[in-house]
Amino acid sequence: MALLQILISGLATGAIYALVAVGFMLLWQTSQTINFAQGEFVMLPAFFVLAAMKFGGLSFGMALLVGMLASLIVLGLLFKVLIVNPMLRHGVLPLVISTIALALFLKEGVKEWYAAEAQSFPAVWSNDNLEIAGAVVSVQNLVIIAVAVAAVLLLQWFLARTRTGRCMQATAQNPALARILGIRVERMILYTFLINAALVALASFLISPIYLAKFSNGETLGLAAFIAAIVGGFNQVRGAIVGGLLLGVVDNLAAAYISTQYRGAIPLFVLIAVILFRPQGLLGRAEERSV
Amino acid sequence: MKSLSKAALAAAICMALGTAHAQQTVNIPDVIELSGAGAVSGTNWRDGVILAVDEINAKGGILGRKIVTTHSDTQSNPGISRAQVQKALDGDPYVILGPVFSGSVKVNMVLAQQAEVPQFTGAEAADITQMGNSYIFRTSFGQQMSMPKIANYVRDGVKAKTVAVVWVNNDFGKGGRDSFVKEMNSRGVKVAADISTESGQVDFAADVVKVKNANADCVFIYTNEEESARFLREARKQGVKGPLLGETTLLGQKVIELAGDAANGVRGHVGLSADIPVPAVQEFKAKFNKRFGYFPDHNGIKGYSAVYAIKYATTKIGKFDRKLLAKTLHGMTITPAMEPGILIETTWDEHGDIDRISFLAEVVDGKQKITQTLPKLGK
Amino acid sequence: MKLTDRRVQAVAGLLLVGVLIAAPLGLKPHGIYLLSMWAVMSIAAIGLNLTLGYAGQISLAQAAFVGIGAYCSAILTTSYGWPFGAAFVMAALLCFVIGWLLGYPALRVQHHYLAFVTLAFTTLVFLVLRNEEWLTKGIYGISGINRPNLFGWSTKAPRDFYYFCLIVLAGVSWFTWRLVRSPWGRAFMALRENPVRASSLGVDTRRYTLMAFAIGSALGGVAGALYAPLVEFIDPTPFALSLSLNLLLMVIVGGSGYFFGPFLGAIVSVLLPEWLRFTDGLYLIIYAVFVMALMVVCPAGLLGLVEKIFKPLSKSGKAAP
Repeated sequence: MALLQILISGLATGAIYALVAVGFMLLWQTSQTINFAQGEFVMLPAFFVLAAMKFGGLSFGMALLVGMLASLIVLGLLFKVLIVNPMLRHGVLPLVISTIALALFLKEGVKEWYAAEAQSFPAVWSNDNLEIAGAVVSVQNLVIIAVAVAAVLLLQWFLARTRTGRCMQATAQNPALARILGIRVERMILYTFLINAALVALASFLISPIYLAKFSNGETLGLAAFIAAIVGGFNQVRGAIVGGLLLGVVDNLAAAYISTQYRGAIPLFVLIAVILFRPQGLLGRAEERSV
Repeated sequence: MKSLSKAALAAAICMALGTAHAQQTVNIPDVIELSGAGAVSGTNWRDGVILAVDEINAKGGILGRKIVTTHSDTQSNPGISRAQVQKALDGDPYVILGPVFSGSVKVNMVLAQQAEVPQFTGAEAADITQMGNSYIFRTSFGQQMSMPKIANYVRDGVKAKTVAVVWVNNDFGKGGRDSFVKEMNSRGVKVAADISTESGQVDFAADVVKVKNANADCVFIYTNEEESARFLREARKQGVKGPLLGETTLLGQKVIELAGDAANGVRGHVGLSADIPVPAVQEFKAKFNKRFGYFPDHNGIKGYSAVYAIKYATTKIGKFDRKLLAKTLHGMTITPAMEPGILIETTWDEHGDIDRISFLAEVVDGKQKITQTLPKLGK
Repeated sequence: MKLTDRRVQAVAGLLLVGVLIAAPLGLKPHGIYLLSMWAVMSIAAIGLNLTLGYAGQISLAQAAFVGIGAYCSAILTTSYGWPFGAAFVMAALLCFVIGWLLGYPALRVQHHYLAFVTLAFTTLVFLVLRNEEWLTKGIYGISGINRPNLFGWSTKAPRDFYYFCLIVLAGVSWFTWRLVRSPWGRAFMALRENPVRASSLGVDTRRYTLMAFAIGSALGGVAGALYAPLVEFIDPTPFALSLSLNLLLMVIVGGSGYFFGPFLGAIVSVLLPEWLRFTDGLYLIIYAVFVMALMVVCPAGLLGLVEKIFKPLSKSGKAAP
C-alpha cells in the first residue's frame, strides 16, 4: 500500500520530467543544442502568468494564455534567433556556455524583478484527493500524468503522421539532404524550438500549484530532464517518456527504501550505468539521429 | 610651479572637506546572502536593515552621524562571504551586519574578531557563540537555546515518548536536527525516524511514507519555507497522525500561506516571528509591507533590531568606540521603553547569545495563534 | 606581428609576470584576496584546458577534483598534523589517481555522454563530501585551516599568501607549457583534431586521453589544496556542479586550447562579477548578459577574437599556441 503511494507519486513527478526531457531531446536532435537552461525554461512561464495577473490584472484563464504566448515568443522564437542562431556554426560548447549564462540570467532576473520568495500558483484542477486501493492520490497528480502522457502521444503522432512532422524527422536525420529535398530546414528547426517552449510552459503550469513558483525551481528540474532524456533514449520521443517516468519512480523508491541522504545518488548511478553500458538509452536506437 | 601650488591647495581643501564629510557618517556595512540558497532570508534581513537605517537617519542618525550602509552579496558561499567581509573591513567600519548562513559566519567572524570589529549576525548554529569570540552578537536564539524549549514542550506538553524527525540537509537543518536529537536523548524521548530531505526538494511522498511507518507519537519538522509547505501538504494528504511540531519557520506566515489548509493544527515554538501579538512587532510588519510590498519573516526583524541595538548602545556610551561597544553589549538589556526599535526586550549575555521571551503557538484557521508565552531564561 | 611569434609571446609573458608581481602593492587585503582566488582558479582552469582544450575531452568533473584536493589537504593538515608540503603533494597525487580511475571507463564514451558522466561524478562527490561527516565534518565544514609556513616564510598575511599562490601558478604554467610543447602535447592535440587519424598513425589514443584527463584532474587537486588555506574554511557547497560549469566557462570564454586562455577566463569569471558589484542587485544579471554577448561575438573565446584581429586572412590557428 505504501508502495502504491510511492509509485503513483513517482509517476506524477516522472511525468513532469518526461515533458521537460522531450523538449530537451528535440532541441538536441534537430539543432545540436544542449540547453542547460531547460530547468529555468520550466520555471519562467509560471512567472509570466503571475505577472500577467499581478500587473495586468488579468483573470487566471487569460493569464494562462498570455503566459503560453509569452513562452512561445521568448523561450521559442527569441531564444532561437538571439542566442542559438549566431552560435550554431561554432560547435556545441559556446552554445552550452551561453545557455549556462542564460540560466543565470533568467534565475537572477526573476529573483530581482519579481520576488525572491516562493509564490503560490492557482491550480487548474481541484485540490481534492482520491483513494485508490489504500493509497491517497491527489487529483492533480492524476491530471499531471494524464496531460503529460497525452501531450507526448500527440507529439509522437504529429511527428510520425503529419507531413510537417516527417519533415522535422528528416531534418534531424540529415539536414543537408533534407535541404536538397526542398525541406525548409530553418523553419523545421524553429518548430522544434516552439514545441519545446510549449512543452515547458505546459509543465510549468502543471507543477507550479504543487511545487510553488520560485526562481530556483529550475536547478533540480534541469538535471532531472537531462537524466531522463539520456536514460530513456536520446533519439526517441517515447524514450523520453519512459526515461522520465522511470526516473520519478526510481527516485521515490530510493528515498523510501535507501538512506535518504544519498537519494540523489541513485538516479546518477542509473545515468552512469546507462551511458556506459547502453548509451543509446533504454528505448533508443543505436546512434542514429531521429526524433 | 604656480599650478602645482594651486593643485596642492585644492587637494588640501578637498582632503579637509573629505575628512569633514567623513566625520558626518558612520560606516555600518551589511554582508548578506542576496543570491543562492540564502536569498530569501538575506533579502528579508537586508530590507529590515534598510528600514531601520532610513528611520534612524531621518531622525538625525547616531550621535549626529548618518549611517552609511552597503549591502554586499555573499552568494551564500562562504569563500565569497569571506571576501566581502574583508572588503567591508578594509573600509574601516564601525560594526558589521550579517550574514545569516552559519557556514559563512564561521569563516568570516574570525576576520572581524581579529580586526576587533563587532558583528551582528542572523545565524543560529550553536557553536558560533562557543568559539570564544567576544565580538559576535546574535539577533535571534541560537539553536542551543531554542531546541530545549521545543524539547520541553514535546516531553511535557505533547507528552510524547517517540518522535520522528524530518530535517533539511544544509547547515541550518542539520544543526537544528543535531541540537534537537541531543535534547530528545537527554529527556528520554526516542527518535523513531531520522529523515533527511534535500534543499529544494519537491516530492515528499517517500518521506511521508517513512514517517507513517515510524508510527511515532509526534513529528518534528525542521526545513526551509517551501519545503515545509510541501511536506505539510503531503502529510495532510496521506493522513499522517500525531501532532506536527516545528520551530519558528514551520509556523510562519509564509508557510501557512503556501500550505493552505494543511498548516492547520501545526504546533510548536516560535522564537521570533512577525506574527506575534506584540504591538511593536505588528507595527513594524505593517511599515515593512508598506515600504517593500511583502510581509517580513523573522530575518527582517533580526536585521531591523540589530541596527537599533547598535544605535541605542552607542548613544549610551556617547561615542564611537568599537571595543567599548562590544563590552557594553555583553550583559546589556534593551527594552522597547528604552528603544522602541528593539521591538521586544532583549538581553545579550557574555557570549553574545540572546535572551528574549518566546512563544508556544498553534496554527488555527490559517493564522498563528499564541498559546503560551515562555519567559526569558535569565532575569 | 603574429600572435604565435616566440618573441611576442615571451614579451607578453614577461609583462604578465611583472603586472602580477606588482599588482598587490596598491591593493587592500580584499583586493589581494581576490587576486589570490584568481590565481587558484586559474590553476584549476589550466587543468581543464589541458583536458578539454588540448585533448578535446568535455569534462564537468573538475569541481570534484578541486573539492577532493581541498578536503585532502585540509584533513591532512588539521586532523593529522601533516606539513603542508606533504599534504599538497598528496592532494595532487590522489586526484591524479582518481582521475585515472574515473577516466578508464568514462573516456570510452564521447562528447556529450562524457559530459554527463562527469556531471554525475561531480554530484556524487559532493554528496559524499556532505554526508560522510566522520571524515569531512559534513555540512559544517572544516575551519581553522592554517596557511603554510615554508622554510620559515609565513604565508599568513594576504600579500605573502598571494605570492605563494603566484609561485605555484608559475610552476603549474611552466609544467603545462613544457607538456604542451613536448611529444605528449602534440599527441593530445592530434587526438583533439582527428582521433581516427591519430590512432591510425599509431598514437595510443586511450593512453594519451587518460593521461591528459588525469593530469588535468591533478591540477584541479592542486588548486583545491591552495583553496583551503586561502579561505581558511571549507564546506562542501562550493565544490558542486556550478563550479564545474564555471570552470568550463572560464576555459571557453578565455579561448579553449590557447595557453593563456584560462588566465583570461578566470579574470572574467572571478574578477568581473566583483567589478560589477557597484550595480547592486543587477550584477549577476549584467554578468550573464556579458557572457552571452561574448559568446555571440567571439565563440572562439577572447583569445580567439584577438587572433582573428591579428590574423584576419589565415586559417583558424588553434593548433599551435
